[in-house]
Amino acid sequence: MTIAAANRRLPASERLRRSLSNGRVTAALVLLPPALILFSLFVMLPLGESAYYSFFNWNGYGTPTEFVGLENFERIAGHSIFHKAVGNTLKIVAVSLFLQMPLALLLALLIHRKTPTNAVFRLIFFLPYILAEVAAGLIWSFVFDGNYGITASIAGFFGADSFFILADREWAFAAVMTVIVWKYFGFHMMIYIAALQSVPEDQIEAARIEGAKRLQIVRYVQIPHIKPAIIVSAFFAIIGALQVFDVIIPLTNGGPSNQTHTIVTYLYTFGLTRLNIGFGSAVGVILFIAAITVALFYQRIFTRGKQA
Amino acid sequence: MTRGQLIRNILRVAFLCVVASFVLAPMLATVLGGFKSNAEIRTSALSLPESWNLEFYGSIVSDPAFWRYLGNSLLISSAAVILTLIVGSAAAYVFAQIRFFGSRMLFSYLLLGLMFPFATAILPLFIKVRDIGLLDTWWAVILPQTAFSLSLAILLFRTFFEQLPKELFEAAYIDGCGYVRFFWRFTLPLSAPILATVGVFVFVQSWNNFLLPLVVLNSREAFTWPLGMMQFRGEYVTQWNRTLAFVTLTIVPAIVFFLAAQKYIVAGLTGGAVKG
Repeated sequence: MTIAAANRRLPASERLRRSLSNGRVTAALVLLPPALILFSLFVMLPLGESAYYSFFNWNGYGTPTEFVGLENFERIAGHSIFHKAVGNTLKIVAVSLFLQMPLALLLALLIHRKTPTNAVFRLIFFLPYILAEVAAGLIWSFVFDGNYGITASIAGFFGADSFFILADREWAFAAVMTVIVWKYFGFHMMIYIAALQSVPEDQIEAARIEGAKRLQIVRYVQIPHIKPAIIVSAFFAIIGALQVFDVIIPLTNGGPSNQTHTIVTYLYTFGLTRLNIGFGSAVGVILFIAAITVALFYQRIFTRGKQA
Repeated sequence: MTRGQLIRNILRVAFLCVVASFVLAPMLATVLGGFKSNAEIRTSALSLPESWNLEFYGSIVSDPAFWRYLGNSLLISSAAVILTLIVGSAAAYVFAQIRFFGSRMLFSYLLLGLMFPFATAILPLFIKVRDIGLLDTWWAVILPQTAFSLSLAILLFRTFFEQLPKELFEAAYIDGCGYVRFFWRFTLPLSAPILATVGVFVFVQSWNNFLLPLVVLNSREAFTWPLGMMQFRGEYVTQWNRTLAFVTLTIVPAIVFFLAAQKYIVAGLTGGAVKG
């Protein structure tokens, strides 16, 4: 007999007395509020305020009084640097989906078996992921430095003039995306490896006995099995692209001439450093809507993927 | 092994080595660069240094500011971990163990934090922290970080707590053990693996966090190491060897920590990934 069933037979007053004396109500009243308060105060409330402030022209001092309606949003929508930032974010998504994830998948297929050599490679490939983004950004700003870095050494080796890729309007963002791939492909690879290791060995064996080639096994046994992992990693690539900030600051700080902004560096540069709290909050609201859209989309795809 | 297999295996390892050198070369250049003079970095970024000059590493290690940055980060990250574990597990325990009206709704509410990035609300957060008077204190980093970690922590904790054997609670209950006591005496000690996983996840996130400290910390006394590193870079902008030595000294503990807690880190980071 379970406790719940036993309790149900008792009269209401007795149930109340029991739940008070065994600490059921106390437990809920003691254990739950800290989380609720912290979360409401530092996550949900600022989120709501973001929406509220976005309708004001406000420098952050006193209380917001200058109501401007949707003007902040209109200014953002008409701002060419914001368009650039959104375009850059989409570029990161594209590179993640079409370059980084296939690379990660290929590597995962090559080293998912548990052997000592594979373990070493796994470790190496995962290493950039555990570094702080700022450290990764600094390391690569050295690599790309036209006077000192590895690109300088390579250019010198071929007798070419050294170049400053991070100061080049056309190519700076390609450099940023190189760093992003370098930093995150190991993470995606780990997700795939975990999934590949759960593919039942006898299915692969059966396919092999049927005469399937290595590529056919990959195509018809392994990839279908790890499809949920691929969806998860795609989701993370997209959500990650929406949040890129730390890497940009040491690399380019959004420059040259604002060519390498992402949504968050845009928010930081034009909202916070200039104390345009209303304007920055409006950028935050747009970011929020983008993130929620992705999350809902993901939920639909994921639940459909599970049913299939 | 047939010849075809052998060739295929050689190609495989060759490809892996190419990718590995793409990963390792920048790190190697960083570690070695800390030993070189700037003139030497200029001519050969990747070669071994002509002489292993310890001056630049030495000047950073003997700089109290460097240790203060690391100490501040350690304190903030540890506090965020402890708070997240206590507050998060307590809430998750209620959701796993006690059915009450509105519990599902509150649970979903607390999971909303999984849906959007930290940066979304950074400006109002800055205003709030300023108005409470926490600006430039460690709490300004610890509390928001804890709050944002709670969603994932509660989700993972509840899943784990629900898998603990129900009979255990019933036996303890009949022996007169109340809910709160059961939580401390049984649930938490039995949950060491998930506590470690979540703890490592929160620690790494907090240790590496840049945006929040950048926004809420102003004085160098309060700086965390990523801020200190950027500050240092700004001061020695023409001296890459010093910056590279600084970066190396901060990534070495990260790598050692990773090697020591590899199991939990991979579980925490990829498990944290599969949160949807």
